[in-house]
Amino acid sequence: MTATPGNAPTARTTIERTSDRELVVTRTFNAPRHLVFKAWSEAELFKRWWVPKSVPITLLSCEMDVRTGGGYTLVFSHPAAPEPMSFFGKYLDVVPPSRIVWTNEEAGEAGQVTTVTFEERDGTTLVVVHDLYPSKAALDEAVASGSTNWNDETFEQLDAVLADEGGR
Amino acid sequence: MVQYASAHLDSAFAALSDATRRGVLEQLGTADASITELADRFDMTRTGMKKHVGVLEAAGLVRTEKVGRVRTCRLGPQRLADVSAWLERYRRMWEERFAELDLVLEELQQRETSDDRHTR
Repeated sequence: MTATPGNAPTARTTIERTSDRELVVTRTFNAPRHLVFKAWSEAELFKRWWVPKSVPITLLSCEMDVRTGGGYTLVFSHPAAPEPMSFFGKYLDVVPPSRIVWTNEEAGEAGQVTTVTFEERDGTTLVVVHDLYPSKAALDEAVASGSTNWNDETFEQLDAVLADEGGR
Repeated sequence: MVQYASAHLDSAFAALSDATRRGVLEQLGTADASITELADRFDMTRTGMKKHVGVLEAAGLVRTEKVGRVRTCRLGPQRLADVSAWLERYRRMWEERFAELDLVLEELQQRETSDDRHTR
């Protein structure tokens, strides 16, 4: 785990399935809101952190036009996939520096709408990632197929990797 | 990939969407308890607690057994493990992302501070 001075005890990521169509992830960051928003809305910064390190995925390209009505395309390669995979969608609502809403269209109509909000609290920023699926079946399917957790095996390896690295 | 039977998980997720019910599961993870004990601990009526336990029982997350006048609750067979293991993996994926984001933010803050110094 990364030991960031000052915020380690509170830097806990929580996850909750708040209804049969919704998943909510929360985390507090030890940085002012405008910078957290910047890291979510500029491709050069976003691509540095979006792909979990333990996942054998390479981000080939990242295009983001983060404004209401804009779009994004992320292209990944994975050793098990013969062709690169594209993830794409539109920004439905962007209100700097407090809110970004986007669609996830690679899954067709089963894709969720993701709303991220940024709330400043005494110099720290609470980030809430809210995924709303079109139906209970769509979220169940995402869970069953593992698309929300990339790959079960890699996460089983994660503990070992983190233990080896011993933090940075 | 592990294939979870999603119908199997449906009722479990619905049962877990309530904070009290999650608390009850956590509590039962440490020790079996009667409805009365759970009601007291979560500061609610026996009737209210019975409803929560009923939802958990329907989802297979809890088993109950009535002996005399006391209904004892304990954790059900392994379903919670499926649900919480999946949520835990998903949480870790985000935690891993966010650990990197921490580094990006630290750098942005340093950059901003040194920019300030230059412009002053």
